Amino acid sequence: MTIKGKAYLVGAYEHPTRKAGDKSIAQLHAEVAKGALEDAGLAKQDVDGYFCAGDAPGLGPLSMADYLGLKLRHMDSTDTGGSSYLVHVAHAAQAIAAGKCSVALVTLAGRPRSEGSSGTQPRSWGANLPDAPFEAPYGIVTTNSYAMVAMRHMHEYGTTGEQLAWIKVAASHHAQHNPHAMLREVVTVKEVLDSPVIADPLHRLDCCVVSDGGGALIVARPEIAKSLKRPRVRLLGAGEAFKGQDGGRLNLTTSAAAWSGAAAFAEAGVTPADIRYVSIYDSFTITVLVQIEDLGFCRKGEGGKFVADGNLISGTGRLPFNTDGGGLCNNHPANRGGMTKVIEAVRQLRGEAHPAVQVKNCGLALAQGTGGQLGTRHGSATLILERE
Amino acid sequence: MRKIPSPAVNAENKPFFDAAVRGRLLIRKCISCGEVHHYPRAICPYCFSDRTEWMEAKGSGTIYSYSVLRRGVPEPYCIAYVTLEEGVSMLTNIVDCDLDAVRIGQKVKVVFKPSEGGPPVPMFTPA
Repeated sequence: MTIKGKAYLVGAYEHPTRKAGDKSIAQLHAEVAKGALEDAGLAKQDVDGYFCAGDAPGLGPLSMADYLGLKLRHMDSTDTGGSSYLVHVAHAAQAIAAGKCSVALVTLAGRPRSEGSSGTQPRSWGANLPDAPFEAPYGIVTTNSYAMVAMRHMHEYGTTGEQLAWIKVAASHHAQHNPHAMLREVVTVKEVLDSPVIADPLHRLDCCVVSDGGGALIVARPEIAKSLKRPRVRLLGAGEAFKGQDGGRLNLTTSAAAWSGAAAFAEAGVTPADIRYVSIYDSFTITVLVQIEDLGFCRKGEGGKFVADGNLISGTGRLPFNTDGGGLCNNHPANRGGMTKVIEAVRQLRGEAHPAVQVKNCGLALAQGTGGQLGTRHGSATLILERE
Repeated sequence: MRKIPSPAVNAENKPFFDAAVRGRLLIRKCISCGEVHHYPRAICPYCFSDRTEWMEAKGSGTIYSYSVLRRGVPEPYCIAYVTLEEGVSMLTNIVDCDLDAVRIGQKVKVVFKPSEGGPPVPMFTPA
């Protein structure tokens, strides 16, 4: 069974807050749910499927479904870190195609900024992890995990700090137009390289922001999408994949995007050359570079050359990316950037991105997420979306 | 030196850390398919046989990748993946050396460092 054309993204909403010390996390989930339903032109009573991940308080979806007052016939709390929300869209489409729900709500919210989270602190995933006794003693954190990917990529392919910096430069060119973005100042390659080294070879400006906030999506079956007044965004293909340490046969320079991307392109029946806009998960600059290679926008090892010289900047580059400023400049709510990747892809396909960054005739877009850590184990999810 | 968090010892991994107390680095070998793996599991992650056994590694290898964390911590430290002579790569720290001189491909040997209230853990230093 394919999900091609079986579901539409009819609602998308990004919370404008970047610091929400005065709100509860459940409240943020409710606010983004309300925003996405209003965007779609649907009511809470229309929702019969609910999707959330580990950022939602409580046991799976139970507490949030109760808090929101939902009446459900389908729910799914698949958690693959920051890529969860792309997986949720794909799973919602599967459920819709199978007749298990008609209108699915996906929510994400968190307050890592108010709670003092940092990428140089260890994150705990709970007791009884089989890997933790062999990793936690060594001080593996988010930044040094991704830094090892960058270091190996530089060693194998000659990728440079300047090339990585171009990814941040492109994101900053987009963020200057986003009034909600945390970092709106356009930066230069030199400024990225002059920012302090956090974990060799990654500088502070190679890292994403830590922000509060959230987002929500509404996925609906075709008949409902056609009854609404919004521009129609159809799901053409989806892929999900996992990659870990493979028992010690390590390969840090390829991500699971190589598999999730191939699956999504095969289902959609399109190629990378057809894509007009990409949202690429940007926890770090290296995250973007590896995924661009693995999705097939260039050959493995040539990502450095591909992203350099403004090639990702909307209006001038070949592959406009993260036109909201992405995680590198705009926001990274709950330390999980997959949700906002889908939201900006929907804006682009509707023609509702900021006019300064809107891609002309944007008919086909790709949203890509990773979750967990590229340096240890991670999930990947790819969505290919079409303006109908 | 950075305070090293104690590894969570359990029934499956206890022999690994017992050996660490005696200064020995163990890896896990599958009797059925002959492959070694790390971190160690009771059931082989390749062929899924439950006929696996402990094997002492020589304790030498090369650095596959590394990074020195320099900000947000009391003092810089070097995380790394070291590929052992036996073929598997393991997460570790590079210690007792100039962290600015660490390089991919560098030859290293195992040393054991005490953890906070737990067994020592294997780390590596230039050979």
